[in-house]
Amino acid sequence: MSETKTKETTYKPTSPNSKLDFASLWEYSEAPESSANLEIKDKYDLFIGGKFVKPSKDRYFKSINPSSNEEVTQFAEATQKDVDKAVKAARKAFKGEWSDLNPSSRGKYIYRIARMLQERAREFAIAESIDGGKPIRESRDVDIPLAAAYFFYYAGWADKLEYAFPGKKPEALGVCGQIIPWNFPLLMLAWKIAPALACGNTVVLKPAETTSLTAMMFAELVKDAGLPDGVVNIVTGAGQTGAEIVNHKDIDKIAFTGSTNVGKIIQKSLAGTDKKYTLELGGKGALILFEDAPIDQAVEGIINAIYFNQGHVCCAGSRLLVQENIADKVIMKLKDRLETLIVGDPLDKNTDIGAINSKEQFDRVNSYLELGVEEGAEVYQSKCSVPENGYFIRPTLFTNVSQSNRVVQEEIFGPVLTVQSFRTADEAIEKANNTPFGLAGGVWTDKGSKIFKVGSALRSGVVWANTYNKFDPTSPFGGYKESGVGREGGLHGLSAYLNLK
Amino acid sequence: MSDRIEVQKTYKTYVGGSFPRSESGHYYKVFDSEGDFLANACRCTRKDFRDAVLAARAAFKGWSSRTSYNKGQILYRIGEMMENRRDQFVKELGQIGFTKEEANADINASIDRLIYYAGWTDKYQQVFGSVNPVASAHFNFSILEPTGVVSVLAPENSPLLGLVSVIAPIIAGGNTCVVHASEQYPLPSISFAEVLNSSDVPGGVVNILTGIRSELVEHFSSHMDVNSILYTDKLDKETKIKIDELSSNNIKRVVKKNISDWYETDSASPYFVVDFQETKTTWHPVGF
Repeated sequence: MSETKTKETTYKPTSPNSKLDFASLWEYSEAPESSANLEIKDKYDLFIGGKFVKPSKDRYFKSINPSSNEEVTQFAEATQKDVDKAVKAARKAFKGEWSDLNPSSRGKYIYRIARMLQERAREFAIAESIDGGKPIRESRDVDIPLAAAYFFYYAGWADKLEYAFPGKKPEALGVCGQIIPWNFPLLMLAWKIAPALACGNTVVLKPAETTSLTAMMFAELVKDAGLPDGVVNIVTGAGQTGAEIVNHKDIDKIAFTGSTNVGKIIQKSLAGTDKKYTLELGGKGALILFEDAPIDQAVEGIINAIYFNQGHVCCAGSRLLVQENIADKVIMKLKDRLETLIVGDPLDKNTDIGAINSKEQFDRVNSYLELGVEEGAEVYQSKCSVPENGYFIRPTLFTNVSQSNRVVQEEIFGPVLTVQSFRTADEAIEKANNTPFGLAGGVWTDKGSKIFKVGSALRSGVVWANTYNKFDPTSPFGGYKESGVGREGGLHGLSAYLNLK
Repeated sequence: MSDRIEVQKTYKTYVGGSFPRSESGHYYKVFDSEGDFLANACRCTRKDFRDAVLAARAAFKGWSSRTSYNKGQILYRIGEMMENRRDQFVKELGQIGFTKEEANADINASIDRLIYYAGWTDKYQQVFGSVNPVASAHFNFSILEPTGVVSVLAPENSPLLGLVSVIAPIIAGGNTCVVHASEQYPLPSISFAEVLNSSDVPGGVVNILTGIRSELVEHFSSHMDVNSILYTDKLDKETKIKIDELSSNNIKRVVKKNISDWYETDSASPYFVVDFQETKTTWHPVGF
């Protein structure tokens, strides 16, 4: 028997022959963002009718810092009575002061919010990272500035709505119930509140129970900005509080961002009512990587697509579909790049991947890691060290998976990428569309015509071509199929908050 | 007139471009405005609906990728064909109580509606799409794409104009559909299928079933490969809840309208097209 020696090849962006090697050339010193200026209260009450009020049952729940497992603060649990109070306050504001304002003044209040968010940006960013576990670099450079930008964008619409829908007369809906997730707490708040207010509605918003801190800081900001009482109401609590909002009779519209399962429950509970609703639900985005793509750029794009925000992104590119003849090379480069990612303290400016948001989500992602192995996938995890306390998961790749595997079909919502290969563009499109979801997808190729052909064949609301995970207030966002109903962002995001007569 | 015995037409369903009978083998009786027997109609079942969805899904890719110009021409062609078969529709509408004048008005409005939407096929994209000025070095634009397969409970009391008014905006936007024709007055709907069949509309783009609505609503709402459902009649609370609840199984877009007069100006609008569209936003970096 002849002995064949397999040569181990590794690649680096600039030179195809050397492995990516950061750590041995220099060591990263710790670069923690100071949280000294951030004042976190021992507990937070509900924000109803312009005042902070105690919950009717006087119950509070703990919020945990997922990177240390320590208590951050406590939030009030809003029950049916509190939600009702908030809806009444919102209705009163809608019937009165808020609707009496002329639209340009309404816009100016929203501009004020945008400006004050910019002024308080750093505190918000630090709070977001402490409460939710995301790297400070992301909360500082993405979440908070974008949240301010959404308010700035929609503020300007307030007195221009009649230009948005030709032939129609837009009217505010009334009171909007809004329920947001824990992955981008303040940003999702901005996506919901900014267009709702610009269109002349009032809101009752419930942040996720694990990430309510920036929403309560936002309540303080609203108070300081002098908005009329009851225009913005924020009630904290878990799923039951959300259900009270969904089922409240005097709410005109429900806006929900979260999992597809909960989205279906909400759509079902709204059956037979005339409430409008928008749902931004789960996804299982495919990244189609063609042989003619600039591979090193694509690898960076893939890293950003799946490991951004620990993979807690509904539009994450969690399925890589790579053309067969470059698959080995791409997987090798991905593995190399994985090794350079720093998993650790969310407040450290070097950190690439922070903490998994909660114990619940940590267990859920881990169960998928076990499931993948049971399904016969090969698992690769970076060998980096992770902090002892808190919930951390190393960036993970699953290779040798097939289309019917649950790790390919279901949303994991963690730093886990599955890798499949394809031969023809048609096969790639078929695989990309073969899930119940349709939120986002990516195409990597150097050929313009291929981008348009593949992009138009993808059944998803967002297509990122040679880029991924980009967001902007002017850019409509939302899903096809089971990824949701309606759009948020841009002009298209207005119609969710208006009656068009 | 002579004593010639008339050859009566068998009214069948329209699925995938052909006219099959119901798989169930069952029928129900259709009566004229005097209460006299007119014809037997197919009493379609879940199996017929599933077959029709298969046909609609199979036709979706081809129909949605036709050019806007081509879709417009085909809608226009449907109008031309209707004009040609005016007498048939006058007769069928007459049987169910339309005066000759009313029947002609209904046909005129139906043809005009087809021409109206034929004109929208290559325009709604420009009115409702957008280029978005993002604050980064990307070119970003939003276009509308059809939602997919739409199930339709056609207006019960407007078997021709109502039917045309719900089908036209759905197919003008590149969707395919499965339609439940008016239960009481199914005959003009099947004759309209004959018009479609002779108008270059690819098989499967429009599928028309007849039958008992209360038996079919569940299937029209629950099928997992239907993306959207439309109804325009005022339904009882229980049926509305049923449609909404079953639609939530796969996040169907439930489009409800309350239109009783299909001559109203609001009953035809580009927003009717947009109701069955999804917005797709594409990003690409800008650079050397």
